[in-house]
Amino acid sequence: MRTLGWIAINGFRESVRDKVLYSLVAFAILLIGTSYVLGQLTAGQDLKIMKDLGLSSIAIFGLFMAVFIGIGLVSKEVERRSIYGLLAKPVRRHEIVLGKFAGLALTLTVNIAVMTFALYAVLAYVGWGESEFVRQAREAPALDPAMLKAVVLTLVQLMMVTAIALFFSTFSTPILSAGLTFGVYVAGYFSQDLRNFDQVVNSKAAQILARGLYYVLPNLASFDVTSQVVHGLPVSARYMAVTIAYGVVYMAILLIAGATIFSRRDFK
Amino acid sequence: MTGPSRLPILYAIVAVLGLGAMSMGLQKLRDARYPLATSQEEALYLTRRATSRMVFTHRSLVSDLYWIRAIQYFGEHTQKAQRLAATFLPPPPALAADPPIGFDLLYPLLDITTTLDPRFNIAYRFGAIFLSEGYPHGPGRPDQAVALLQKGVEASPDRWQYWQDIGFVYYWNEHDYAKAAAAFARGADIAGAPWWLRSLAASTLAKGGDRAASRLLWQQLGETANNEYARNAARLKLKQFDAIEIIERLQKGIDAFAARRGAPVTTWNDLIGAGQIPGVPLDPAGVPYELPSPSRVAISPRSPLFPLPFEPAARTGA
Repeated sequence: MRTLGWIAINGFRESVRDKVLYSLVAFAILLIGTSYVLGQLTAGQDLKIMKDLGLSSIAIFGLFMAVFIGIGLVSKEVERRSIYGLLAKPVRRHEIVLGKFAGLALTLTVNIAVMTFALYAVLAYVGWGESEFVRQAREAPALDPAMLKAVVLTLVQLMMVTAIALFFSTFSTPILSAGLTFGVYVAGYFSQDLRNFDQVVNSKAAQILARGLYYVLPNLASFDVTSQVVHGLPVSARYMAVTIAYGVVYMAILLIAGATIFSRRDFK
Repeated sequence: MTGPSRLPILYAIVAVLGLGAMSMGLQKLRDARYPLATSQEEALYLTRRATSRMVFTHRSLVSDLYWIRAIQYFGEHTQKAQRLAATFLPPPPALAADPPIGFDLLYPLLDITTTLDPRFNIAYRFGAIFLSEGYPHGPGRPDQAVALLQKGVEASPDRWQYWQDIGFVYYWNEHDYAKAAAAFARGADIAGAPWWLRSLAASTLAKGGDRAASRLLWQQLGETANNEYARNAARLKLKQFDAIEIIERLQKGIDAFAARRGAPVTTWNDLIGAGQIPGVPLDPAGVPYELPSPSRVAISPRSPLFPLPFEPAARTGA
């Protein structure tokens, strides 16, 4: 456990040294700030647009971080041949995979916290001095704590994407891993369609295949509650718990599979 | 061995500013000499079905972008249409079937917006106002306004406001008071609807087309609106009612004056000289009224209140 923590901290340090990360966070914060200007063009829908743009920026830039840093976690070590030095130490291979994942999860958490703070700061500026009439007319308050629910689910979703990227990078090249991860990400949003495949196709085999894919592919759409949160609709604690639990289980499967492949990989 | 060259920062700033100015100059030159062909705006948009399939994530954000585009589209086209209406004489009725500025994309843009975000309340409500406004203030398509609002009712059956707006479109644009009253009554049945919606349904059925009832409708819409745009729209309509009432009073006076002197009134000076009015009469927006034909008062096409709304005819026998 101590070794795992050490690898995670090192992975975190390595990630935060990456200049690309700073560029992504800076750009996301800039975009969140710009949403204030964009909001002025929308006939009284400024707050909705700021929230939509802010939450989407967090998710999109978080996705880039998760994929591009995630695919490099293991493959970089292999390319640089630093993996040999690491393996020579009293470290088990699965600890490397899990430690790297924990390090990137920590990096994502810190960066998303920074972007969330920026979003709340912009919203606080907009909500400052708002009349009672305007405040009551809003679907949800400017500084709505419920937005944190969307942020938390986005974070779990991005951790899943990190686990997917890490899984692919244990046996594939970085470019192929990135392509596969994006592919799974997109497919993960269409899993609802796979479930309803039996309504459009008569073939029993195709229906079984679609149903199987529905359970194998990650259901990422269920982590997107931006619309509900922005419109002030409730997102129940039970929904949050079930969705987070699903994410954790899915990550565990990927990490176990990734660690197993990595443990058997021949680096000669 | 030489060290890395260190370009003085001042040179770098001068170079960046100089090249920036050159870039601006080149752009201006290019824009002036080689204007780009305007793109066919229809080609820029996908159908509702294609958009809803392609946008698999961040649909709320994309709906915002379509909403902004719808507002810009509406604003650009109404400005052009109003400019045209103020500049040129209206064409003869036989040629006026198709307005010169079309609003063909307005409904598809609003439809895509609300498909991507079915809870986009303002897109339904503002969209309906945009669609129902008569030319040149809008496309004059109350049928599309009702269709958009009915889509809103399907998405959020608990929102009585959509029924209020549907009733409003039927009342004001279609002059169908029975349907308007039925829509108000449907809205009044929804839990949380205000008490006055039911009395509005009753008074619409009884006194539809009555100016006082119309005024009340706009006043209530203005008072209950939660945004500046809707409040402004209500203020504009109330000012237009005032303008109509002033025209009626002026017309009465002019008719009486013309009958007394046995000649029509062709300029305001006829009335001012006779001491009938102190000066050229102004509409509630501060623009002088006009006499486009002898003894006929009309609002100026330059007035922001132009054209005055067709007033629902008073019910007879009700």
